[in-house]
Amino acid sequence: MDAFTSFIFMLDSATRLTVPLLLACLAGLYSERSGIFDIGLEGKMLAGAFGAACVALITGNMWLGLLAGIGVSIAMALVHGVASITFRGNQIISGVAINFLAAGLSTFLGQNWFSQGGRVPSPPAGGRFDAITLPFADQLREVPILGTIYAELISGHNILVYIAFAMVPITWYVVFRTRFGLRLRASGENPKAVDTAGINVNLMRYRAVIITGVLTGIAGAYFSIAQSSGFINNMTAGKGFIALAALIFAKWRPWQALGACFLFGFLDALQIRMQGTELPIIGEVPVQAIQALPYILTVILLAGFIGKAVGPKAGGVPYVKER
Amino acid sequence: MPDKVETSEQRPETAAVSQTGEMAIELIGINKHFGPVHANKDINLKIRRGTVHGIVGENGAGKTTLMSILYGFYTADSGEIKVNGKTAVINDSRHALQLGIGMVHQHFMLVENFTVLENVILGVEDSARLRPSLDRARGELKRLAEEYELNVDPDALIEDLSVGQEQRVEILKALYRGADILILDEPTGVLTPAEADHLFRVLETLRAEGKTIVLITHKLREIMAITDDVSVMRRGEMVATLSTAKTNPEEIAELMVGRRVLLRVEKGEANPGEVRLQVRDLVVKDEFGVERVKGVSFDVRAGEIVGIAGVDGNGQSQLLEAITGMNRPTQGEVWVNGKQITFTGDDGAAVFRRAGVAHVPEDRQEQGLVVQFQQWENAVLGYQDDPRYGTGVFLSLDECKKEAQAHVEKFDVRPPNINLKTSSFSGGNQQKIVLAREMSRDPDVLVVGQPTRGVDIGAIEFIHNQIIAMRDAGKAILLVSVELDEVRSLSDRLLVMFDGHIVGEADPATATEGELGLLMAGVNDKKDAAE
Repeated sequence: MDAFTSFIFMLDSATRLTVPLLLACLAGLYSERSGIFDIGLEGKMLAGAFGAACVALITGNMWLGLLAGIGVSIAMALVHGVASITFRGNQIISGVAINFLAAGLSTFLGQNWFSQGGRVPSPPAGGRFDAITLPFADQLREVPILGTIYAELISGHNILVYIAFAMVPITWYVVFRTRFGLRLRASGENPKAVDTAGINVNLMRYRAVIITGVLTGIAGAYFSIAQSSGFINNMTAGKGFIALAALIFAKWRPWQALGACFLFGFLDALQIRMQGTELPIIGEVPVQAIQALPYILTVILLAGFIGKAVGPKAGGVPYVKER
Repeated sequence: MPDKVETSEQRPETAAVSQTGEMAIELIGINKHFGPVHANKDINLKIRRGTVHGIVGENGAGKTTLMSILYGFYTADSGEIKVNGKTAVINDSRHALQLGIGMVHQHFMLVENFTVLENVILGVEDSARLRPSLDRARGELKRLAEEYELNVDPDALIEDLSVGQEQRVEILKALYRGADILILDEPTGVLTPAEADHLFRVLETLRAEGKTIVLITHKLREIMAITDDVSVMRRGEMVATLSTAKTNPEEIAELMVGRRVLLRVEKGEANPGEVRLQVRDLVVKDEFGVERVKGVSFDVRAGEIVGIAGVDGNGQSQLLEAITGMNRPTQGEVWVNGKQITFTGDDGAAVFRRAGVAHVPEDRQEQGLVVQFQQWENAVLGYQDDPRYGTGVFLSLDECKKEAQAHVEKFDVRPPNINLKTSSFSGGNQQKIVLAREMSRDPDVLVVGQPTRGVDIGAIEFIHNQIIAMRDAGKAILLVSVELDEVRSLSDRLLVMFDGHIVGEADPATATEGELGLLMAGVNDKKDAAE
């Protein structure tokens, strides 16, 4: 295998690893643009993954699994919404609570229902999103470079991967070119201005939070019934937090979010690839050190390279009309 | 005063107008409570169509609350609103907009990182896609700009605009929504005199077109200059509605405060002694690294008040910070009592205090007080290391409270309770707490920023008298205020600051408002002639 093909394989792997980050990052973008900080992305994904795995296992239908994942995730998002919008609670605390709730509840229910230490078994055939081979992929495989890219990198993913990447231009359009987007951004910047313009700020924020739930639900389903098969404890492994870091890195903008998420995805792919390989001079690096690499780089990037990231001005502040 | 009548109902000519049905707005028996505070008590108000109607009152008199009820931002507990003769229920701003009521808030309701166009269409977009609305707004804005002299670049970001331009955007927003009745809340507070004049010309054009304008202000000069009628509020009540042509500033002031007030400050001749504070070639950067004071030099002598006038944001805040040790200048020197003051650590404010500079900061709630503290804690704050207040790590609470009690008595702080949380005092009394602390230390130099911002007329009189008493006791006083009337009446010498420079010095007794206005706008005849 030549270096080019091996590089394409790595990009292919990076693409797969980028998907949940990207979905969670865009999910956070909607919520935070409306002024609701969301550190509960992780929890919502985990709950979504669990819901999707259970329903896919029982029904054997991946689409029902996906819907269940989205439903569970929206329910969690609404808990966060009610706490932080209606009851004006602290958004960080509410987000942390969502994370704990999801981790605890998924393990507890999983153990209770399936008695496999919190695991949810693999769904039967049809309960999982399989790779789609795009037209002519096999025929074009032999064409140098472009053929390889098409067949190996672009083709051969499940539908959720394509959905995730399509969400980038869609989000950009919605946020910057529609009435909804204008009001969404205004709610996060100056809710009082939105209110005096005759728009219901809290309703805008609820809508944003529900969209967040939909996207983290898709991300969760990707974990349990697309990328893997079945649910295991804490399978999101901090991806929700990395997505949050990517969101800040991207300064709350969709195309930059794609770049940031792909960077983190690529680091993850690199990490997997480097495990067990001998490096020049250093020799073999312990697996744990390699595995920590993406996280260390996250810290370095956030601390040193993004400059001043100014988020939505009214982010984290519940909107109170009466003085 | 034969024309003065206490309430609008008793006023014959107002009643006569109401029968012809020309009222744009009628408020009947409006009440509004915020918790225990009765912000509006049985308010009755009639506003004639096609007039400029002024509403005056002290801070906290309930003006803004009343107008917010009319605009649907708050809902009244009881009462009736009639717009153009028809009873209206205004539950939110959308209803108000539908009835043709637009409001320009004191703190602009604009999204800073949006363009002018985006702000104008927010809430009244024509369709789910923005493009058609943006195109229509662009055309409409061009028309309005020509009609009313309201020029702004539609594609500029709000954060890049001057305050005057931002206000134009607010007015354009209201007009774009088809406002027929325009409420302006303290519109000139942030404007230069020239910008204020321009605003008044715009308002006159609007009136000529039959629009109704409600002007909320505490500046009596503006009331006299532009309004047709004026309503006075005091402590949540509507005390009178008068025809502007038949009243005078003294009468309005008396109605506002409930007693006679001196609008002019009475002070004797200044008796300047030796130089106490010297500032030489001072250059100061703000927290973003932008140079805000660009080479400023001046002296303040014992026994004189030097005033610095200027529109807010021309470097006054940074100047104050640098000469009180809150911020280090990048260049230049500050001398107090003939000694240069420098510091290296973060204890600049303490260094300056020890050198004899007392500081009444511009923003009492952010810089002058810890509002969660009780009054007695704030009374010693900043001087807590004084041996008088205790030894080592211990504070002598008795001594602190004794001092606090003395402040309360001398400065007539109300309520006179040293254990009350500072945030529970009114703005004027909070300011008295700060003034008492700084003045009681018998400093050589007193630096005062915006002494009466958000303070009632009654307390203003008291504070002004205290500042003059300090001058007469031989202290050097530097006074920075954006209220031109205030610096003019208090100062013995007046410096005008524009864009980080001192652009001129004037004798406050003889300089006209026009001359000072030009200086404040950065127009310096001498300099321009030289160029």
